[in-house]
Amino acid sequence: MPDTAPRVVVLDYGSGNLRSAERALAAAGAAVAVTADLAAAATADGLVVPGVGAFAACMAGLEALGAGPVIAARVAAGRPVLGICVGAQVMFDGGAEHGVDTPGLGLLPGTVTRLAAARVPHMGWNTVRVPAGSRLGARDGDRFYFVHSYAAQDLGALRATGALVTTGTHDVPFAAAVEWGALTVTQFHPEKSAGTGAALLRAWTAGLPAAIPTAPAPAP
Amino acid sequence: MSLAVRVIPCLDVDAGRVVKGVRFADLRDAGDPVALAAAYDAAGADELTFLDVTASSGDRATMLEVVRRTAESVFIPLTVGGGVREVANVDTLLRAGADKVGVNTAAIARPALIGEIAQRFGRQVLVLSLDVRRAAGQPSGFEVTTHGGRRGAELDAVAWAREAADRGAGEILLNSMDADGTKEGFDLELIRAVRAVVDIPVVASGGAGRAADFPPAVAAGADAVLAASIFHFGEVSIAQVKRALADAGQPVR
Repeated sequence: MPDTAPRVVVLDYGSGNLRSAERALAAAGAAVAVTADLAAAATADGLVVPGVGAFAACMAGLEALGAGPVIAARVAAGRPVLGICVGAQVMFDGGAEHGVDTPGLGLLPGTVTRLAAARVPHMGWNTVRVPAGSRLGARDGDRFYFVHSYAAQDLGALRATGALVTTGTHDVPFAAAVEWGALTVTQFHPEKSAGTGAALLRAWTAGLPAAIPTAPAPAP
Repeated sequence: MSLAVRVIPCLDVDAGRVVKGVRFADLRDAGDPVALAAAYDAAGADELTFLDVTASSGDRATMLEVVRRTAESVFIPLTVGGGVREVANVDTLLRAGADKVGVNTAAIARPALIGEIAQRFGRQVLVLSLDVRRAAGQPSGFEVTTHGGRRGAELDAVAWAREAADRGAGEILLNSMDADGTKEGFDLELIRAVRAVVDIPVVASGGAGRAADFPPAVAAGADAVLAASIFHFGEVSIAQVKRALADAGQPVR
């Protein structure tokens, strides 16, 4: 791996399987550290916020670490953040699970709500529709691996912010991925999505500041 | 376009080695679960299931190492079942790189375990594994078995599936002990009976002998189909199953 590999931090706040994300990002060309160190999270070229399980549990984990302000500051400063699954959901205003409303980080508008579908959890490989201008590295009709019961479903509010919304449909339409400035979130698991996921992670990694080629430094 | 039917090969792993023999061309070590996982990934498998049939607890560490190495090299979902007795076992498997964990006997012995796991990790990690046989004595005509189908658990399989879903199971792996090994097709009545009482995904297992056996299982209500020996022995390929499903109008990846 070249010295110029972008440095990516996978935030370890006690949420499940981080190993696949670590390995998939490394395969995409990143120099990956899995850590709870907020200084590292703040200064990395890219920050990945994973997450499985309950919205409230993930928010509690982020709050215990004090990670919310670090994530918000990165997005405000244009420093890339990638949220995956519940790590994507916590970027929204809030989550409604089991009749309990939990505030989220509020970087994206709307509440994450239960999918009104015949079969829940939505589990498996589903297709997405990708909007024009997207830099996700995904194409219309690509299949990604989903496993979730809740999703952001107010597509109008999302689009009103100027965000690029990639959509999925499981009886009802929902946000499968959102690109808003430096913030990218995916409801699906790119690290579990074989070739299509690898392409997405390569595109995200290639867009990190350190990965963008600069003029070679003069020889000493 | 919609959610694809998942085609899942299942590997029995004993002390870190695949048992029941696997015949795969171009595979140097067909007993290595990691190499096999990579081969099935390349062949288009949508998920993988490892069933830990290790008898001694001392070899559990070996299974964790297998899960770790697989999660490092294969980027599709991995379910690991066998030997899960308590919440701590689930934590250990997830940290090693499993995405879902199969629970069977321990949940029959203590149903509250289902809720405990779902509460801690989310219901999506919990696959309730059901070994079922026909039994006239049960209201649905199907009973849950333990010990590889040799013992009846005196539990109605359909009622138990519904209860497990209510308690927080995220998926049901429905294995017909009657059909298992017959290669005469899935037990469609069993799939229909369970499908009728749960809204979580159902994985059909047991009885597949040829590609044409798979579409009827999906038509009966299965969201995913699982098989072991016919894939391992090269009798039917993942691609052939997907072609049969697609020809029947069912979406595949």
